[in-house]
Amino acid sequence: MSLDTATIRRIASLARIRLEEADVGRMQNELNGILGWIEQLQAVNTDGVEPMAGGAPRGEPAMRQRDDVVTDGGQPDQVLANAPDRAHDYFAVPKVVE
Amino acid sequence: MHPTDFTLRGAIDALNEGIISSVELTQAHLDAIAKLNPRLNAYITVTGDKALAQAKASDARRAEGGAGPLEGVPLAIKDLFCTAGTLTTAGSKILGNFVPPYESTVSGNLLRDGAVFLGKANLDEFAMGSSNGTSAFGPVENPWSRRNDPGARLVPGGSSGGSAAAVAARLALGATATDTGGSIRQPAAFCGIAGIKPTYGRCSRFGVVAFASSLDQAGPVARTVEDCAILLKSMSGFDAKDSTSADVPVPDFAAACARGVKGLRIGIPKEYRLDGMPAEIEALWQQGMDWLRAGGAELVEISLPHTRHALPTYYVVAPAEASSNLARYDGVRFGLRQTAPDSDLRDLYERTRAAGFGDEVKRRIMIGTYVLSAGYYDAYYLKAQKVRALIRRDFDEAWQKCDAILTPATPSAAFGMDEKQDDPVAMYLNDVFTVTANLAGLPGLAVPAGLSAEGLPLGLQVLGRAFDEETVFAVGTALEHAANFTALPGLRASA
Repeated sequence: MSLDTATIRRIASLARIRLEEADVGRMQNELNGILGWIEQLQAVNTDGVEPMAGGAPRGEPAMRQRDDVVTDGGQPDQVLANAPDRAHDYFAVPKVVE
Repeated sequence: MHPTDFTLRGAIDALNEGIISSVELTQAHLDAIAKLNPRLNAYITVTGDKALAQAKASDARRAEGGAGPLEGVPLAIKDLFCTAGTLTTAGSKILGNFVPPYESTVSGNLLRDGAVFLGKANLDEFAMGSSNGTSAFGPVENPWSRRNDPGARLVPGGSSGGSAAAVAARLALGATATDTGGSIRQPAAFCGIAGIKPTYGRCSRFGVVAFASSLDQAGPVARTVEDCAILLKSMSGFDAKDSTSADVPVPDFAAACARGVKGLRIGIPKEYRLDGMPAEIEALWQQGMDWLRAGGAELVEISLPHTRHALPTYYVVAPAEASSNLARYDGVRFGLRQTAPDSDLRDLYERTRAAGFGDEVKRRIMIGTYVLSAGYYDAYYLKAQKVRALIRRDFDEAWQKCDAILTPATPSAAFGMDEKQDDPVAMYLNDVFTVTANLAGLPGLAVPAGLSAEGLPLGLQVLGRAFDEETVFAVGTALEHAANFTALPGLRASA
């Protein structure tokens, strides 16, 4: 199956990547090339196979949970040190609510 | 001998014997970087002043009798590891100004053991690439060149291309790297050095900029297998800050190097004999088998029937996880922010990500977004996870018959900087021998084993059982000794 330009625009929108009109065709060709190659997976018989989620080679339990307690905090200046914009102890963004 | 020509083991011995100080060793490497990095571009950031201060402190610790296992050893750190107070870019414009306030667990472990950091090594953007050609900070050049065409500039491989080029050119004694589909082993093979991706969970992922979380593993590159073993011991260990970190003991990997291969069963997977594989890769593989047989190992043919589905599986799973992980780069909390005068919040996100990510990263985010989107999740992502389970099962069955597996590391030697850059799928095929270990979570080591007809390094790969890096190191060391790889790259500090 092949992605049309409307789908390319929709994916870019979902991914929050601004896509200039002039670049839609190139992106379409590249994604269709990759997806066409991936398509071969459909031919693999996976009936009754449990999907492998996570990378643990021995399978489950893949992840552990930690205690639900505060382990860190109280350092707003470090947290905000790389912020492109800040106001007091907050990250600042363009106005969201009028 | 030039101080940059020490192996890491040799440098530790020389430091212990007082033949050289860490300040002298570090200065020699900084001089080499000043001389060669303008051409190789192996480092994005060189932290000369910090390195010399660390070296001075290290010499003082040693004088007081408190030397750690890596005391005074100068290393390069892939610029994917967060280093407190030092620019960490992930090779991306979107993190071009990011100075982490915290240290990754792996780099912190190296500092704990006395290492000195020379700087941050170049890489493909967000570790996505096999040539180091996608870095926002320019490509890295391989210090090796073709015998008959020395003017052609070659790629060092990727994504850990800066780490591998720096170690090969003697701009560091060793380096950290990461491997999601082959990003340690392919550049190690292209640059004629050793590199190991350990078992998933062996090294903490805390503070390593995430690409595909179920595949990413940190590991070392160095000029000998034993040097990799020494570095991996320091890098490894349980970390509560990574929920997938394995709570298992860390063995003395260096001690395992000398075990030999007598009595080991070495699996030779028939599916790794690819159509159209270059004769010299085939011959190198056969040579590796002969070496191991001569060392007392038994060769066993094995079958890994789902191998040919590994790359397409990877190119569903990895972009899916990447699209999720890279959602954090939104121009709000750190990194680049790009706006127009009338931008609302959504426009800020979209402009920031369009300006901050390079083409390959955008492609993978788009693929990942698509395969995870409503209506396509089962057909692509769930399907790939099932095929991944079959790939792991192939290995589980192979381990009934063998103790380690021998394969070529890459399907070719290093290629030119102007090749393969405009066909994503052709670039992806570089990882055909390495990607299965990531999907199954297994350890894999690349060892330099010979030269191509053009005089470029070629590597062999050893795969092992989960958490059995010791056997992998033993087999790798046997290959290394048999190969006696002494060729040197044309561009190196002491040349």
